[in-house]
Amino acid sequence: MKRKLQSITRRINTIAAIVVILVVWQCVSVLGVVPKYMLPSPVQVFQAFVEDFPLLMENSRVTLLEAAIGLGCGVAFGFTMAVLMDRFEFLYQAFYPLVVLTQTIPTVAIAPLLVLWFGYEMLPKIILIVIATFFPVTVGVLDGFRSADRDTMNLLRSMGAGKLQIFRYVKLPGAMSQFFASLRISAAYSVVGAVISEWLGGFSGLGVYMTRVKKAFAFDKMFAVIFLISIISLLLMKLVDVLQKKSMPWEDIKHE
Amino acid sequence: MSELIVKNVHKSYDGREIIRGINLTLHEGELVCLLGVSGGGKTTLFNVISGLTAPEQGQVFLDGEEITGKPGKISYMLQKDLLLPYRTIEDNVALPLMIRGMKKKDARAQVAPYFAEFGLEGTEKKYPRQLSGGMRQRAALMRTYMFSRNVALLDEPFSALDTITKSAMHTWYLNIMEQIHLSTLFITHDIDEAILLSDRIYLLTGQPGEITTEIIIKEPKPRRKDFTLTEDFLRYKRQILEKIGE
Repeated sequence: MKRKLQSITRRINTIAAIVVILVVWQCVSVLGVVPKYMLPSPVQVFQAFVEDFPLLMENSRVTLLEAAIGLGCGVAFGFTMAVLMDRFEFLYQAFYPLVVLTQTIPTVAIAPLLVLWFGYEMLPKIILIVIATFFPVTVGVLDGFRSADRDTMNLLRSMGAGKLQIFRYVKLPGAMSQFFASLRISAAYSVVGAVISEWLGGFSGLGVYMTRVKKAFAFDKMFAVIFLISIISLLLMKLVDVLQKKSMPWEDIKHE
Repeated sequence: MSELIVKNVHKSYDGREIIRGINLTLHEGELVCLLGVSGGGKTTLFNVISGLTAPEQGQVFLDGEEITGKPGKISYMLQKDLLLPYRTIEDNVALPLMIRGMKKKDARAQVAPYFAEFGLEGTEKKYPRQLSGGMRQRAALMRTYMFSRNVALLDEPFSALDTITKSAMHTWYLNIMEQIHLSTLFITHDIDEAILLSDRIYLLTGQPGEITTEIIIKEPKPRRKDFTLTEDFLRYKRQILEKIGE
């Protein structure tokens, strides 16, 4: 009960901060401190959002589809890499530095290259998202596997468990919280990755919409789409939280 | 018949000899304590018996079959309960059966009748973190028992508990041992615990560790906790202290 109350007050504070920022922003815009065409007021942004709602939804659908497919493939790939690198030490030694290296490549820099190679359709976008999302999963899950308790594994060994059983009963469930932590990051990356790849070539999606409104100097629409992308990312992360709660019921249980 | 025999076991780590020439026997239904100081090679011996490490020399037999360096025959229980936090108590204690290839449903059915015996009724669907330290150790013992109904190794199983809980666990343990007849090799550094629980005590002393003395505790079973307050008890204790002091 007390806990619930605390979480409510915390939420109130967050909401209050947001309201204050919006009010200040509205004042700055209305008073003309910054020219209106450069910084539209929150009300204008909201109007633009409502006006373009069908178009935004249509483009969101494309972006979300790319993000979902890319994230799915990225997570599957990242997870497989983690399993293989945990199982075979030589693969770990061979590929771990390479995996880290892929993260030093700026996404924006390789996106045009991917477009040149794979065209303007969905494929280059998915590849880009896979590159952006597999890494957190690989690193997180691998770390989870490697930090499995030695005593517990020995105990299972004394019970006659083989490598596969130890993996199934100790390593895999033990890595779940790291997996979800990584998934949360990857989910956010997937939306951003989709938008970036759309900027650099494509026919539809929020990124394409963004480049169009930018060319039209429609700052209000620009802000509307930025907020929409944030909201989508937040919703995805929330979804991961819900998924985690559902799949790890023991985490939520209180001591008695 | 379930009998554990350890014959002339030597084990070193990094060129340092940890245990030397260990011989011991555990008969059917017996509770034998291995008493020695921490770091005296108790746990090493224990890993050899459970088959997790192979000794340089010597053999381990279970019911006449050589099991040296072969895990999967004798399981153990440590002071850490090592219950898997993401499995319910029933799934934790059923784990050894599932490792053997039993289906989850069958394994659950098989462990179900033992909950009452181990004083764990009502905890089936709970997670380990919902249980107290003492209850978790009960579950850990039950899991060990589900693995092997004849021989178990217990390595300081109660040493992480506070004194009052530990004392309650001793009462519980004496009581349950009357019902399940598990041959047990019990490792401890607690002299009182060793005398209270054992039929026989092996003293493991020196470096490298060697079994120097065997003491038979003649006090009949079932024992009660107030055995610790008797003259006999003190006599055993004095005998052990003298031997350790040598």
